[in-house]
Formats: sequence, C-alpha cells, structure tokens
Amino acid sequence: MSDTPKRTALYDLHCALGGKMVDFAGWEMPVQYPMGIMGEHQHCRSKAALFDVSHMGQVLLHGANAAEKLEALVPAALSKLPEGKARYTFFTDDSGGIMDDLIVANAGDHLFLVVNASMRAQDIPHMKAHLKDVEVTEIFDRALIAVQGPSAQDVVASHCPQAAQLSFMQTCEALIDGTLCRISRLGYTGEDGYEISIPQAEAERITRLMLDHPDCAPAGLGARDSLRLEAGLCLYGNDITPDTSPIEAGLSWAIQKRRREEGGFPGAARIMAELEHGTARKLVGILPQGRAPARAGVEIQDQEGNAIGQITSGGFGPTVQAPVAMGYVHADHSAPGQELHLIIRGKPQPATVCALPFVSQNYKR
Amino acid sequence: MTTYYSEEHEWITVEGDIATIGITAHAAEQLGDIVFVDQKEEGDEFESGDEIGVIESVKAASEIFAPVDGEIIEANELLQSNPAALNENPEADAWIYKVKLSDPSQLEGLMDLAGYKTFIS
Repeated sequence: MSDTPKRTALYDLHCALGGKMVDFAGWEMPVQYPMGIMGEHQHCRSKAALFDVSHMGQVLLHGANAAEKLEALVPAALSKLPEGKARYTFFTDDSGGIMDDLIVANAGDHLFLVVNASMRAQDIPHMKAHLKDVEVTEIFDRALIAVQGPSAQDVVASHCPQAAQLSFMQTCEALIDGTLCRISRLGYTGEDGYEISIPQAEAERITRLMLDHPDCAPAGLGARDSLRLEAGLCLYGNDITPDTSPIEAGLSWAIQKRRREEGGFPGAARIMAELEHGTARKLVGILPQGRAPARAGVEIQDQEGNAIGQITSGGFGPTVQAPVAMGYVHADHSAPGQELHLIIRGKPQPATVCALPFVSQNYKR
Repeated sequence: MTTYYSEEHEWITVEGDIATIGITAHAAEQLGDIVFVDQKEEGDEFESGDEIGVIESVKAASEIFAPVDGEIIEANELLQSNPAALNENPEADAWIYKVKLSDPSQLEGLMDLAGYKTFIS
C-alpha cells in the first residue's frame, strides 16, 4: 500500500459537500459531513442516505463455468445462481477461517463481485491463482455508490424506473440519465436500498442527481459503521477474520444446503463439523446496560469474573439510542438474556446478550 | 475571573483557588456527537497530565487530560443525563469539573484566548 491515500472519483464532491476526510484502508474517504454521524444515521433510517463505496473492489469474472469454479473458494452455492441474482459469501482458508466477505452477482455473461477495500490486494491474486481459465478483471474505472433507506427506491427510480422492479439481492444494467450503470438492490445498512456501479467520468454527475432528491443526503463511513452494527452485519477485520469461522460468526445461513452436504470449499472439514456439532464460541449481540459504549477489544467476563470473550465491534446505536456491541463468547453464555460483564477502562459494566439484529431489517423481498 | 486554555483543548476558568474545567467548542466540534462522559468522582486527586475522564462520541473515545494539579470538588451531573450538552454548550453549562487547584502558579504555563485561537488556527 502506498503512503499517499488514493482518491475516488467523488473526492471533489465530498470536499464540496463539507466531508471530513480520513484515511481508510488507503483511501481518502469522508467519515462524516456537516450533518454529523448521528444525523446521517437517522437520515438513512428515515429517508435515504448516499455513501461513496468506490474504495471497494469491483471485479469481473469471465469464462466458461466461472460460477462453478468460484465455488472452490467460497461456500455459497453459485453454479445455479440465476442471472440477475446476487449472493453474499466469503472466501474461506484451509483452516476454515474467513479471508474476506463479498457479494457475487450473476451478470449474465460474467460474474460481478464486490470485495472489501482492505482486501483487494489479497483477493484478486487469490482468485487469479486458483480459478483456472477464468479471466479475473479488477475494474478501476467505475465508481460505486450506495443509496440506502426507505426512500431509496423513490430516489433511484426517479432517474431509473427499472430500479423499482428489482427486489432484494437482484441486479440489472440500466440507464441513469443516459449512462449505463449496474444497479443492485442490496447494501450494508439493514435498510432497503441500492448499490450503483457508475463509469467514473459520469460518477459525480449521477451522484449529484441522486442528491438533488429532497429525501437524499450524503453520509460518511461513520454512519455506515453504526448502521451496519445496528443491523447485526459483520465488519471484516473486526467481527470476521482468518481466526473466526463462518459458523462461529453466525453466518451458516450463507452456506446453502448443497454446499453443506457436498463441501468442496477451503476449510470444509472444519466448517461441516461445526455445522453438525456446533462451536465452542459464538458471535452474539450485546447490549451494555449503562451508557458507556463498549468498543472493539473490550474483555467480556461472566458474572464470576472469568474471561469468556471479547467485543469485536461496538459503539453507540443512534436508532437504538443506547450502546450496542457484538462479540464472541463461550457458547454456554451465548443465549439471549445471558448477563455478562464488560471490562470498560478496568471496571466491570453489566451487559446482556441479545438476538441480532438490534433493529429490524427493512429489505424489499 | 480569568480563563486559560490548554493544548489539550480545555478551558479553565479560575476564581481564587477554585477552577472550572471544560472542553472548548473547537474540541467538541472535532469530537462529533457526544454520547457518554466518564467522569471521576468528587475527592479524586490528580496531577497535570493525568487522565481525568473519557468523552465518548459516536466515533471514538477521547481521554480528558488534567491541565493542572488539583482535586475534584464537583463533577457536572448534567453530562450524565445529557452528554449531548457538551456539543451544544461546551464553554458554559456543560462544564466538566470544578476543582481545587494545588498550585495556581501552573496556570502561567497555559494559553490565553488569543494564544489558543492562534494554536488552533
């Protein structure tokens, strides 16, 4: 990674909108705008927020049976994924840990993948090394924006009627004001919404069009993090890492029946055994009872003072209006309602295990 | 009554050997939406540079460092019921502590308003 952070096609727009820029995974990105994290978060839950996620890696896979071949690296069922459908999955390693999480969409004559910004440099060579006769193309000339929230359909469909026809996890190519874009009805906030891949030269113009809608406001990485945390969605590098398996992380829903039975992905032996016998620890939602947020790294103890785990993500939930967190605990302390102690600045603070997500997800099924 | 400023973005208003300590509007703005303040208790003694509390914003936790030596004689309870007051009115109602100064001569090492304005510009 070079020392100078890279800029997305929307950098000038972020500055013009008053974005507070920070270095994130080697990219200069807005952490918040003048509205502030709290306001941007609430705006996303009540209307629509627009995020620049161009730092994420957009990758195309071309070649015969690319979906079937990709199954050798991820535990999702992809070979029969219909055209126009997207699926959440993760690269696993030989010991069953998670190398990155990603979205795979069947775009007809190719697969369209979106991987984490911080893992682009790992994922692209990983695929190139393991996918025989598949052309792996990382694309650098397209921006990616997310429009999320209950008004997202209004915002996007006012420039692109086809967007209204998509349901959750569907994707299509369509014109937005004369520019061909890839529009996918998904996101990482727990709200209905879209991710839109746009040719770089048109990115600012189309983003401004979306922002012209009275319900749509720009939001930064700060709100993106609090939104995904309240929605119970894992952050790669925190909640899921090479040291955590998908089953420990509560992601067994993303491993479809055929793959559970047949295996054939890295770490299948461990993952299939964990599906059958359970895991020693589990990722759970945690509600601190006081007002102090419990952040990543905070030790979790049982009521007798024994260490039983660690917070992996935590902060203040603007919709919950209280601190929220996720962390790994021993399986016998993972049931909702379980009382725990969080060691915040040396002092035990009472907390309760709770079912995820903290807020109900509002996807358009 | 004189007000001093620290490089840690605190203001200290002094009357005799009693001082009121808070964070500046500039600091509050940098911190963003404040959701919790972890305050020390009445009677706690501290030296200049000690951590005397933590301000939690939606973004991150930031320590409050003591600008002088002293003893806490009152922690502002308003911040427990309404931590957001620190965003709204950090240089008045949302003071953090009243303290008894151990060595008022330490104040000479702090900035005045003009100095602080230059410091943050």
